[in-house]
Amino acid sequence: MSHRSRQLKVSSLARVEGEGALHVVIEDGQVLQADLQIYEPPRFFEAFLRGRQHTEANDITSRICGICPVAYQASAWQAMEDACGVVVDDRIAELRRLLYCGEWISSHSLHIYLLHVPDFLGYPDAITLAKDHRAIVERGLSMKKAGNAILELVGGRAIHPVNPRVGGFYSAPTLADLAPLAAQLRHALDDALATVEWVATFDFPDLELDREFLALRDPARYAIERGELVTSGGLSFPVSEFSEHVVEHQVPHSTALHATLDGAPYLTGPLARYSLNSAQLSPLAREAASAAGLGPTCRNPFRSIVVRAVETAYAIDEALRLIDAYERPSPAWVPVPPRAAVGHGASEAPRGVLYHRYELDADGLIESAVIVPPTSQNQAAIEADVRDVVAGHLDLDDAALTALCEQTIRNYDPCISCSTHFLELTVERR
Amino acid sequence: MKALIGVGNEFRRDDGVGPALVAHVAESAPPGVTLSVVDGEPSQLLDAWDGVQLAVVVDAVLCDPSTPGRIHRTTLGDAYPAGTSASTHGLGIPDALGLAEALGRAPARLVVFAVEAADLGFGTGLSQPVAEALPDLTRLVLDELA
Repeated sequence: MSHRSRQLKVSSLARVEGEGALHVVIEDGQVLQADLQIYEPPRFFEAFLRGRQHTEANDITSRICGICPVAYQASAWQAMEDACGVVVDDRIAELRRLLYCGEWISSHSLHIYLLHVPDFLGYPDAITLAKDHRAIVERGLSMKKAGNAILELVGGRAIHPVNPRVGGFYSAPTLADLAPLAAQLRHALDDALATVEWVATFDFPDLELDREFLALRDPARYAIERGELVTSGGLSFPVSEFSEHVVEHQVPHSTALHATLDGAPYLTGPLARYSLNSAQLSPLAREAASAAGLGPTCRNPFRSIVVRAVETAYAIDEALRLIDAYERPSPAWVPVPPRAAVGHGASEAPRGVLYHRYELDADGLIESAVIVPPTSQNQAAIEADVRDVVAGHLDLDDAALTALCEQTIRNYDPCISCSTHFLELTVERR
Repeated sequence: MKALIGVGNEFRRDDGVGPALVAHVAESAPPGVTLSVVDGEPSQLLDAWDGVQLAVVVDAVLCDPSTPGRIHRTTLGDAYPAGTSASTHGLGIPDALGLAEALGRAPARLVVFAVEAADLGFGTGLSQPVAEALPDLTRLVLDELA
């Protein structure tokens, strides 16, 4: 290795969900390689869904992730109802959106406060951060708790909810059940707005991405639990055409598949959602975003923490609206009799678009299943970012450069456990 | 105030020993003891032991080599094994305790009873050696809380 050759290695990435590594090779000031290596073993969910009932995918796929189980449930029930030609009534649909808001609040609060803020304030982890900034960490935990309270009340429990089912819910809460939740959420909304204001004061490295964005869009509101797909290039297509545009492929250094959108790498998640749909945020969330210095779009991945904070405020605001307008669905679920068909479902997991496709036989047994999680869709974009960040900061020593690479990856809140289907960093300077 | 906290998942066989112990002593727990069952998620633990003089935590543990049903007692201040996972999916009691201490929300005293598990597979019900340890575990826990 000559003195002009550098190699950075992170063998196990911290503050991400799951296990992965990064290997960067630099030679004569050129970044030759930036591989996000996902070595978590494959989990074979798509294979063992085959032969199961159409009513089971909701509970089985929920187990893919302890942080975003509702996203898996939502994409699954949507795909099954699509296959079986069933449309649930609006009251069930609204309760589903309330449940999903709970997951956004909980997941975003976790990522902002426990995983991402330490990067901006120079702490190795949230526990060390808590020693110096007790009130801040308490605020984050309190927001997460409000999200969990929704999940527990509507979903039956905070992790892997048991109350949702194909067709609706096993039981629906009463308006009186929801009242204490509203009180907790009003407090959380103040905390979330304070969070937007606070994270907007951080120092953000300059990086503007010229990348295609993919997100769901719901004509009526900021898309969370359903929508059609739209891109920053102006393309729009129904969920059923997802696989005509998004193609997955294998790369040697990862157990997670990479994906391209019409042949090119792209990005899904908070930046994509915000940039494509910010006009649909609630007035309160739009105002908070504007005060935080965000325009109608945001292309700096380091500012994703601000976008997540805005989305958290939105999800709380929206949950309060949904509770205020709540009409208890009765019955809480509608029958979804099976038929031989193919169904598609997509929802906005906290990390981006999560697509499911199932092929059912006449008895409702699953003949094939395809699950495309957001982290695998974002891998190529994350690698490209790391490459750009390294190329722009070659003056940094290995330790500082490695830390910046890790922060770059955490901008995407990657969920490696979901995608294996994440970080040890190695940087090689030659 | 004192807290008895069962950590675990009753649908993963011996991982349910904490919840089983809490259910078992529900009737016989001394006054002033709050009982709770948590799945190990750190923020739930922070709430379960917030402001108490004594927290007794019962959890399952895998050992190698293993004597299923054997009961280990450790206290705050003993060398506690550091968390081995950097992932948010794998935060355990040591991480929760670290966070609680940093936030000034650790219990004044923490006693952990860890029961060696034989079977952490799918399903309800404890394995025979762990079920047989339940009476001894109950006595130890109640003595601790007395």
